[in-house]
Amino acid sequence: MGKTTTTDEKATGHIAAVDEVAERVGTGRGMLIPILQQVQERIGYLPPEALERIAEHTEESAAGVFGVASFYSQFRLEPVGRFIIKVCHGTACHVQGAVAITEAICDELDVADGQTTADGRFTVESVACLGCCSLAPVMMIQEETFGRLTPDKARKIVREYGD
Amino acid sequence: MATTVEGTEITVGLSSCGIAAGAGDVMKALEREVEKRGLEVRLRRTGCVGMCYREPVVDVEVPGAGKVTYGDVKPEWVGKILDQHVVGGEPVDEWVVREPEKTLPDDSYYDAQVRLVLANAGTIDPESVDEYISRGGYDGLRKALGSMSPDDVIEEIKSSGLRGRGGAGFPTGVKWELAKKQEATPKYMIVNADEGDPGAFMDRSILEGDPHAVLEGLVIGAYAVGASEGYFYVRAEYPLAVRRLKIAIADAKERGFLGEDILGSDFSFDVHIKEGAGAFVCGEETALIASIEGKRGMPRLRPPYPAAEGLWGKPTNNNNVETYANVPWIIREGAGAYASHGTETSKGTKVFALAGKIKRGGLVEVPMGTTLREVIFDIGGGVPEDRSFKAVQLGGPSGGCIPAEYIDLEVDYESVTKTGAIMGSGGMVVMDDSTCMVDIARFFLNFTQDESCGKCTFCRVGTKRMLEVLERICGGEGREGDIELLEELGEKIVSSSLCGLGQTAPNPVLTTLKYFRDEYEAHIREKRCPAGVCKALITYEIDPEKCTGCTLCARVCPTGAASGEKKQPHTIDQELCTKCDACRRACKFDAVVVR
Repeated sequence: MGKTTTTDEKATGHIAAVDEVAERVGTGRGMLIPILQQVQERIGYLPPEALERIAEHTEESAAGVFGVASFYSQFRLEPVGRFIIKVCHGTACHVQGAVAITEAICDELDVADGQTTADGRFTVESVACLGCCSLAPVMMIQEETFGRLTPDKARKIVREYGD
Repeated sequence: MATTVEGTEITVGLSSCGIAAGAGDVMKALEREVEKRGLEVRLRRTGCVGMCYREPVVDVEVPGAGKVTYGDVKPEWVGKILDQHVVGGEPVDEWVVREPEKTLPDDSYYDAQVRLVLANAGTIDPESVDEYISRGGYDGLRKALGSMSPDDVIEEIKSSGLRGRGGAGFPTGVKWELAKKQEATPKYMIVNADEGDPGAFMDRSILEGDPHAVLEGLVIGAYAVGASEGYFYVRAEYPLAVRRLKIAIADAKERGFLGEDILGSDFSFDVHIKEGAGAFVCGEETALIASIEGKRGMPRLRPPYPAAEGLWGKPTNNNNVETYANVPWIIREGAGAYASHGTETSKGTKVFALAGKIKRGGLVEVPMGTTLREVIFDIGGGVPEDRSFKAVQLGGPSGGCIPAEYIDLEVDYESVTKTGAIMGSGGMVVMDDSTCMVDIARFFLNFTQDESCGKCTFCRVGTKRMLEVLERICGGEGREGDIELLEELGEKIVSSSLCGLGQTAPNPVLTTLKYFRDEYEAHIREKRCPAGVCKALITYEIDPEKCTGCTLCARVCPTGAASGEKKQPHTIDQELCTKCDACRRACKFDAVVVR
């Protein structure tokens, strides 16, 4: 820390990230979604300057790129926290009490569903099925899946995560 | 000195669910303890064994003694299993769930199952092409390329009676024939692995457990159709499936099952993986194609069907994962053997993801025509905690809730459709008397209105209006006429939407209205939720007869609503109660009642 990054420096970094991804995955037909996916993986979300740069690479209009990015739920147009908590709200999780899991996590972290904590550590999301239905209710933090949750268990996992 | 237990194999089920249940830690413990003891055993990984309710699952096979299965394995059990079973030759009985020559309660989970598609899943290492080959893998492809013409393959698939396992049940052989007849080239093949139905995980488990079977089925299909390039369209939420698929593709290329001049023939075929970006509508084939092309995943009018004009405007065949996974078996064992399973109109087997209020949830494969009773009670063990079975949801957001009185329904495409539900891709979510059917309908409408791509007005606006009405009913604000309004909106959305999403979106509402109308009426007229789910319509109270004054509820209550003197019956202040359910879950005496 200690070094402050200006908005301009950040944007330049984002554009460089797009150039690097476009170079690596190619800009041929049908590559728009893979580029968006890889850029998001690098930056964490899709800022406007990145979308514009992607438009230049793929010879799409900026509006066309934004149209695709806003269509799919995977793409984020806002920055996210360091860790993303995905609480499954598939059918099996729903009947096994997923609503109470989201409520407990939001209460524990003092954040609304879909939002990021003030310290930037966690983003809480409700997602459709994660496909681990027999362990319902389930949540995923980063790539790790936690099953057979109770509200208390979910609170404990979140409290101790990453420490 | 190494202890010789030569030939002993220990296998850990490492599918996504297994890992989530702790199988990764069990594997680590095994590696550590085996090393510590200097044992020469082979540690293997496999995919989903289907007994999800027993995860983590570990198989121990000592030469000459058959395979013994342990369930709910904890890392701290590993030492004892190694010492007593692997070295000492005596299985640790109290942890064993399946053992040859012994009858154990878990056997009934498998008795009624016929595993054709899942034959390898949970047995072979999905990352080893050699293990796949050793079980007859790629024999089907060899046979097709070596001794069958593309027309022979199509004829074989047609006479097997295989129908699309993605839900609609279109005959696979006919679909292939349509694509083959097209003159335009190149032709494309698509594997729809965008398993988006909440409550379904068949395709993930197949891809994680036996990726080569899907790949082999795809290459056989490509040969029949005359396609030169294929795409796997996989949900982004399935990273492990993607990883194993990549390994399978690389290995298949190296062995000549994929790529140029496959197995020495002049047939060439290559595949790519496209990761979906999270849009349920992309399960619809024209939307999926738009997505592969890098566009917004919106469906278009058919015809032209993708068989004539699909990906990049070229002839394209699209089947789902399970459909392709059936193909190698059919070609290898013959259409007749396949068609000996199933009913008059629905042949073969179907894989179901059994979940919800069920004792033994997991991945099951049964012949078409097996009754719901056999699946839910004989295999699944019924509903837990002695509650009563109320309904089963089939077909996800496009399907419906089949009530308990249809428990003896034989499950095939036609009979399920008659109930108002659909076969769908195979998600089977069991519900008991603590499930509110209005809430379930609201849940699905919330999903479909969110996933509607917005192209058709009735789907875009109509699902939103339906959701508003359902939210009103669940929130205690239901009015006379709401039920009729739901029915009217439902019928119009069905008739005025372009694709399957809109055409089926009202199904969860219409089927629950058909079978559970009284629950809707209780919500609207009596402002009562019979299942005790809808928060606006329930209250939490403490039964003074049962309450022992243990103070536990008061301690867990986040708002201070539950209170009382020690050893005296407690009470709940309705003004402060947020109905978070913490007290009911905490109470050891069933003293907290929901009304």
